Amino acid sequence: MPDIIVKYQTEIWVSIGETFIMVGFSILAALLIGLPVGTFLFLCRKGQLLENQVVFSSLNLIVNIIRSFPFLLLVIFLIPFTRFIMGTAIGTAAATVPMTIIAIAHYSRLAEQSLLDVPKGVMEAAVSMGASVKDIIFKFLYVEARSALVLSMTTSTISFISYSTIMGVVGGGGIGDFAIRYGYLQFRTDLMIYIIIIMVIFVQLIQYAGITLARKIDKR
Amino acid sequence: MITLDNVSKRFGSFEAIQSVSLHIESGEIHGIIGASGAGKSTLVRLMNLIEEPDKGDVIIDGETLNHLKGKRIRQIRQSLAMIFQGHHLVSNKTVFDNVVVALQLAKVPKKHRTEKVMESLRFVGLDTLKDQYPGQLSGGQKQRVAIARAIVNNPKVLLCDEPTSSLDPNTTAEVLKVLQRINQEFGVTIVIVSHEMEVIKSVCERVTVMADGRVYEEIEIEPTGVHKMEHSAEGIIKRLKSGGDLHA
Repeated sequence: MPDIIVKYQTEIWVSIGETFIMVGFSILAALLIGLPVGTFLFLCRKGQLLENQVVFSSLNLIVNIIRSFPFLLLVIFLIPFTRFIMGTAIGTAAATVPMTIIAIAHYSRLAEQSLLDVPKGVMEAAVSMGASVKDIIFKFLYVEARSALVLSMTTSTISFISYSTIMGVVGGGGIGDFAIRYGYLQFRTDLMIYIIIIMVIFVQLIQYAGITLARKIDKR
Repeated sequence: MITLDNVSKRFGSFEAIQSVSLHIESGEIHGIIGASGAGKSTLVRLMNLIEEPDKGDVIIDGETLNHLKGKRIRQIRQSLAMIFQGHHLVSNKTVFDNVVVALQLAKVPKKHRTEKVMESLRFVGLDTLKDQYPGQLSGGQKQRVAIARAIVNNPKVLLCDEPTSSLDPNTTAEVLKVLQRINQEFGVTIVIVSHEMEVIKSVCERVTVMADGRVYEEIEIEPTGVHKMEHSAEGIIKRLKSGGDLHA
């Protein structure tokens, strides 16, 4: 292992831990809130089960606005809200607030698009069998779209890692912030390159895990 | 059993069904035939309220369905099973799971589910394929799984929307034989929508001919069969319009 990595290994592990916290909360928010929002967006579309143009347009606009924000500006824009929620706008815990908000918007859009791939006939068959909306979502939609949902989550997770590198501006820490502070700002290019390699390995592993799982559960 | 009373359905400016009245007796195999766009699929979708009528009443066993909402209409749909041209199976569920879902929706106790599913799969001759996925089955097998799913909950009515139009002649004959057995052994009323006269002729007792969203004619098919019939709905309708006799 390169000496410089050995020298900074404690800080690197702490930074990796901070990234895991931020990305972990983002994944949780994406699953618990983003997926239902994406499902609702899908179901409220024209011709779908809960067709409602007003709800769809409003939700669609909110998701688009959040995703349109350059993430750095979103973090700054949300500082008062973060302070209101967390009592502070600084630190890893506070950084999870903008991270979860972008995660919800990001994954809801990808989930909606994944659900659009479910053949309309499957929904029609479910309705004809007397399925309730809840049954249709859990027994038909999610089952049929599961591999697409996993791949979407993989894409989102990689984006969350990328977003987390920005959180240094509010003291969020993380591996990306470590690379900037210890590598770039202290003119240790080699350290920065090593950190980038670590991040590339992380992303490769996540991508590999996502694709493998999606392939395993896809029986189409 | 099934009564449509002056039912109309419009999609935008297109009037798919125009003041249709129809009665189907219990235990009957009833055919609905017509050219593309005649409104036959819409008509059958009105029977279980997948499509809601703009006007008129859909009455099943004396109960007017189009005034029902929520749980009650879902319960009614469980007794009005439906199969489609595309099998509409869930690709990520095994054959067994595709069938058992109908019982889960009907809240059948868990202990009875396996037995009922296997009984249903045996009826369509697919019990040995219970652990396969739809992607591993042929078109005819997929349609038989859809039939097993439809009958597992002992429905009163089986609505079939073009059940054989994507199948080859041999597989079509197999599927029709299964439908006939369902009718004969369980007394299930069957409504078959098709544009293929051969299909209708081989299993139905009465036929409703649809044209331009209206019932053009109702025909009794004699047990001896109908002779020299055209092999397309277009032909039938053309002949009827020109005053021709179906039995000629």
